[in-house]
Amino acid sequence: MKNKPNPVKNPYFAGAILGVVLYSAFALTHSGLGASGAISRIQVAMTKLFWSSHVDRVGAFAAMGAGDRNPLDHPSVFLLLGTFAGGMLSAWLNGRLKVEIFKGSKISNKQRLFFALLGGTIMGYGARFARGCTSGQALSGGAVLSLGSWAFMFSVFIGGYAIAYFVRRLWAD
Amino acid sequence: MLPVDVSVELGKAGGYAVFFAIGVGFGIALELAGFGDSRRLAAQFYLKDMSVLKTMFTGIIVACLLIFLSSGVGLLDFSQIAVNQTFLWPGIVGGVIMGFGFIIGGYCPGTSLVATASFKIDGLFFLVGTILGAGLFGDSLPNFEYFWNSSFTDRLLVSDWLGWPIGATVFAVTIMAMVMFYGAEKVEEFFLFKGTDHVWSWKISKRPYLIGAAILVAVASMVWIIGQPDPIRKWKIMESQYSIQLSTRAVFIHPLEYVKTYNESTVKLVTLDLRPSPAFQAFHLTGSENVKLNDLLDAKVVAPLAQLPSQGVVVLIADNDSLSVKAWKYLKVQGVINLYILENGLHNWDSLFAGKTVSEKAVNLAAPPAGVLQLFPKDAYSPKIKIGSKKRSGGLCG
Repeated sequence: MKNKPNPVKNPYFAGAILGVVLYSAFALTHSGLGASGAISRIQVAMTKLFWSSHVDRVGAFAAMGAGDRNPLDHPSVFLLLGTFAGGMLSAWLNGRLKVEIFKGSKISNKQRLFFALLGGTIMGYGARFARGCTSGQALSGGAVLSLGSWAFMFSVFIGGYAIAYFVRRLWAD
Repeated sequence: MLPVDVSVELGKAGGYAVFFAIGVGFGIALELAGFGDSRRLAAQFYLKDMSVLKTMFTGIIVACLLIFLSSGVGLLDFSQIAVNQTFLWPGIVGGVIMGFGFIIGGYCPGTSLVATASFKIDGLFFLVGTILGAGLFGDSLPNFEYFWNSSFTDRLLVSDWLGWPIGATVFAVTIMAMVMFYGAEKVEEFFLFKGTDHVWSWKISKRPYLIGAAILVAVASMVWIIGQPDPIRKWKIMESQYSIQLSTRAVFIHPLEYVKTYNESTVKLVTLDLRPSPAFQAFHLTGSENVKLNDLLDAKVVAPLAQLPSQGVVVLIADNDSLSVKAWKYLKVQGVINLYILENGLHNWDSLFAGKTVSEKAVNLAAPPAGVLQLFPKDAYSPKIKIGSKKRSGGLCG
């Protein structure tokens, strides 16, 4: 593990790599990338452990995990595991593998973690609403020119810019 | 021809291994871009660091150019590529909600994975949040299910919406991305050097950027010029892949199998009758549509057929094989999955069904009931119809 983290790559360069990975996903599997689909499946699998009757009864969950269906038996889950492994590998090789909390300097760790949890919940909800997240809808749908995906992408930016001013304290230095 | 289906080629475990490997590439790309850091992601919304915009749109443009270039030269069959279904208003509402989550939490689902993998605790809390949010959605969905399923169009492309050819759309999107990159560079420069002696200028001085932009625009021009293959050109390219289904008669079905399928409520049957209009008027099967061969070259006519759900079956009826086979080829290369030909058209129909009775009622020739199958020996035909394979839509996120 390096002591000094490497600088991050030029965003266009990283984007080009991302584009090639995305193309290879389409070429080898006919689908693009995605994360939120697998996250929904993990959620259903966890719910099934403690409260399986709920999974059977709620339509959105049942489709993935009712009865004998294993919600984790799906390619998207392996894509997610790979994403996790790739992130860890790159972080390790570039000296960025470190336990820490990223935040603006004006808030405490506790506040940051609360807002991370809150933001994540909102994101998870929105991703199901939109039937995808930035990887699945914006990147993958964008690359194949799906109209809904482009509309979605602009909506994400608009949503973020709309309230950025009001939450600036979270990120201010 | 691309795309291949690794789950079919390598089996389930092999397919999963490939998905894992692709994921590794994805995670590496995100991490190298520095997107395991919520501060960098949030900075996008304060105009100080436009990396999110640059990386995302570069990724989209590069993949888009590769897809439509390889499709244009016949290396890739775009009709087999998953295209997200468009649910326009739910997508917009969901997108705005996600924008809120992005700036409050500092990540998106994919980047929070990378952050968690790099041991960032805020990434972990965000990731846990996304799981909770997904659960909340599932439980609350019944309240707005109608809206959630509204404004739906399957496989709707920006080019369809604009009424432009795909190549022109790809070129326009590439130019739009270049304009956005230019704007991003200049906005960053403004905030980076605010209050210093640096003089902000309209120019882009970094040579590699100008070269990169020129390359992307050049490739986009090629995509526009080459264009996307029409069905006839596509068949020439894909002939070897599909012609075996024709030569082994695997896609020719017996009238009895048609009757069985017609009466199966779980199957969505579309019957296209290619016979001349007078013959169609004189007698046709209930629910069948009269079409001409040239109609099947029209994307507007074919789109609903290619977008049928996985239990949708299309059957072609014609007076002779050469016509039905041509139609089959046209539809196959435009993405119709479950596609069959009624063997011998309607030539044997009368001799098979006229005068028969089921439950003491004369059989309706235009729509024989399922019971008529009992009047024939069980091995009167070999079933050919296989419902199935993947829906070419939605990808991994639905």
